[in-house]
Amino acid sequence: MRQVGEINASSQADIAFLLLIFFLVTTSMNVDQGLFRQLPPPSDGQEQEHEKINERNIFIVLINKDNRLAIEGEPADFNELTDRTIRFLTNPANSENLAEQVKASKKYDDAVAAGKTEEAATYKALVDRCGDPNITRGVVSLQNDRGTKYETYIQVQNSIVAAFNICRDNFAKEYFGKIYDELNADDQKLVKTVFPLSISEAEPRSIK
Amino acid sequence: MAKFRKKGGRKVSALSTASLPDIVFMLLFFFMSVTSMKETDYKVKIKLPTATEVKKIEKKSLVSYIYVGAPLTVYQSKFGTEPRVQLNDKISELYDIPDYIESERQSHDEAEVPFMTYSLKVDSDAKMGIVTDVKQELRKVQALKLNYSTLKSERK
Repeated sequence: MRQVGEINASSQADIAFLLLIFFLVTTSMNVDQGLFRQLPPPSDGQEQEHEKINERNIFIVLINKDNRLAIEGEPADFNELTDRTIRFLTNPANSENLAEQVKASKKYDDAVAAGKTEEAATYKALVDRCGDPNITRGVVSLQNDRGTKYETYIQVQNSIVAAFNICRDNFAKEYFGKIYDELNADDQKLVKTVFPLSISEAEPRSIK
Repeated sequence: MAKFRKKGGRKVSALSTASLPDIVFMLLFFFMSVTSMKETDYKVKIKLPTATEVKKIEKKSLVSYIYVGAPLTVYQSKFGTEPRVQLNDKISELYDIPDYIESERQSHDEAEVPFMTYSLKVDSDAKMGIVTDVKQELRKVQALKLNYSTLKSERK
């Protein structure tokens, strides 16, 4: 029988290198990231019963078609949006025109009265672990014009989310000694209950 | 007195390159596994805005993309210069969105549908008008989990 000579494998490395370089070039390791948001369900003609929200608990942010910002009806600068949102949510001086604060124990009583056991359990945990903190009732209402630039819109969204994140971080640091992202899921849920990310976007209309 | 080594003393044997292909293959497999080929070609110009409070998209397989931006120069004769919606590989109309969402849902397991996220990749120069229209279309078909795709920047 004829002896088959061994195949020369020295070019294997070259071939592998070639493939390697191909994949190196085509790889894009960009991670997809962005701001998550939940849209409200479609409104079907008949207006649903809205939970009555007190005027002082709504923080109105407007962006007009010239990309100008107005907070609570007055022109404002983009830089102050985050700070003013934080002030609105936490209402440290307990002023009349900023968001109402409710004790967790009161929320607990309400939830028990309404028969919402799951919510009640969360409020109970909050009272037990954090000593009856204030829960904000604030809602941010964001309205924009059709002519608003997307970049501006994202900037405003981002500033508002930043405000919520800072509030959550401060709360988490005060009661749990860690920032929000480092907490476990249960504790995160508690912090979330204190500062629920409530940004409501109005049905589209034009703003002058 | 220092000792000098005699010339042509010990010979260093040639470095064995026999393991080189293995190492290269290992790298190759690494890159093959992390590579994700770009699935769609952009037909619209998209320069994403930046934001600081971004979160990563965890399950990429559950994400569908909707692109909004001005058509590239090549397509401007056909589609104009105003921002348009791109679904898959085609520049589409707004009323195509429900069908697109439906087909995206069909291609997933029924149990996964509630967890599907719709990522909006919108050019930063686009106006909110078209974005609002897209959002209204999404609401109509109960596609409510949204992600505004952005680049990350640091908080000042």
